[in-house]
Amino acid sequence: MSHLHEGDGGVAHVHSAVAEAYRREWAFVLAATARVAGDIDIAEECAADAFGAALDTWLRDGIPTKPGAWLTTTARRRALDVLRREKTLRAKLPLLIDPEARGAYGDAEEPDVIPDDRLRLVFTCCHPAIAREAQVALTLRLVCGLTTAEIAQAFLVSEPTMAARVTRAKKKISAARIPYRVPGTTDLPDRLDAVLTVVHLLFTTGHTAPTGDQLVRHDLVERAIDLARMLLLLMPDEREIRGLLALMLLTDARRATRLDPDGRLLLLEEQDRSRWDAAAIVDGRALVFEALHGGRPGRFTLQAVIAALHAEAPTWEATEWRQILDLYDVLLTAWPSPVVELNRAVAVAMVDGWAAGLAEVERLESDQRLTGYRYLAATKADLLRRLDRPAEAAVAYREALALADNAAEQRFLAARLAEVGNPVT
Amino acid sequence: MAQYLILIYGPETADAESIPPEVWQEAMEAHGRFSEQVVESGAKIVGGEALQPTSTATSIRGDVVTDGPFAETKEALGGYYLIEANDLDHALAVAKLCPAPEGGVEVRPILDTSGG
Repeated sequence: MSHLHEGDGGVAHVHSAVAEAYRREWAFVLAATARVAGDIDIAEECAADAFGAALDTWLRDGIPTKPGAWLTTTARRRALDVLRREKTLRAKLPLLIDPEARGAYGDAEEPDVIPDDRLRLVFTCCHPAIAREAQVALTLRLVCGLTTAEIAQAFLVSEPTMAARVTRAKKKISAARIPYRVPGTTDLPDRLDAVLTVVHLLFTTGHTAPTGDQLVRHDLVERAIDLARMLLLLMPDEREIRGLLALMLLTDARRATRLDPDGRLLLLEEQDRSRWDAAAIVDGRALVFEALHGGRPGRFTLQAVIAALHAEAPTWEATEWRQILDLYDVLLTAWPSPVVELNRAVAVAMVDGWAAGLAEVERLESDQRLTGYRYLAATKADLLRRLDRPAEAAVAYREALALADNAAEQRFLAARLAEVGNPVT
Repeated sequence: MAQYLILIYGPETADAESIPPEVWQEAMEAHGRFSEQVVESGAKIVGGEALQPTSTATSIRGDVVTDGPFAETKEALGGYYLIEANDLDHALAVAKLCPAPEGGVEVRPILDTSGG
């Protein structure tokens, strides 16, 4: 250990520096390397090699002052080496299309300032020509640097299935020549919406895991929040990014209060509001105000405003339900979704009474767009219970229970079923 | 530049003769406009044709010859364009302009088999 530079603190310190760099810099390193390599697989390999080399080199020479720059330079050099070696072979394969590339690959000089290509990477992963679930997988893999095994685990599919999904998407990027670039002004709103949808999907999957024992998958929630922070840094003028980040912070602020000691889901009205994350709420509210400033708010900002009203309310009953109902009406015009209509039905129930809310839910039930959606049955059951119609409530709770795959939700629904006099047998 | 095939799908008309002349005229004009727009977008039409209906199709699998299309679909392949575009975004922008009033189009990259 004597050869170590002073202050480096040895193997553990270097390991944690590399781990930290991986978390912070992976996307930057990969994105910059992809531009040089012209191929995502080569870029991934070279980026991974650079992180591997960092362990040895940093132990020997000390941790560089700019770990990200060191890693990127190393990965890009390796990519150029690979390309030189494989030049004749590579010439036959389709390459990642960089419309702004000067000269052919392999001739590229290393510039003094490494360009930040993370947005190119994000927009390529979330290209509309790639299926949504593959967009999510690619984003986790390429932008967040998760392994295929980790992604498979997060979405509860087998590793080979997830590997096939990722491989197919990568192949399409090169074979169909999906360009490695940030879309132009005309396409940007739609393309950004696709990116934000992916980030939001990551968040919702983490916030209430669709299946399994855990209610929350914190890793996914944190990845989603990190991604939104990164996007905001790179596109500070896009207000919907602020809206989405606010929505996630305000929603995640309730994390400590969403389960009772027995692992049963606690509804918003049952949660101990004094234990909500006050700092996250302050951040979220500030972001909401910024997102609202300067034009018509988008769907994520509108949802964030609703989340902010919940965060500010002293109790469930004393929530600004009238205002929330109005916001849902605006949200429906921005985003006509049956899920929004279902949430609106709850606000209707709080403003105009349980029966009015139930009428909305039954209307939604008859148009069948939400058939099989567990929260439709659960909401209906709850309203019937409040209306003192236990037999009908029990039927709806049973239906919700049959659709719920998450253990915390199942425990909640089973407890409610017992309350209305129909214990699970 | 890369090549893409734009496959035009739509509901089938029994035969070309049954199409009213004004509908035919309209379609020809739409495709004429499309050709101009392709050039304006910087892409190029390499080739393209309209096809006779699937009732005229003959399929061969192995040695067996059968009457009809290879796969029965509700919306049939009615024509195609082979285009050259910079990348998929460019090709999709072109494909969005392609007339397919009652159906839609599929964009497929051409596999380069030149080996070079």
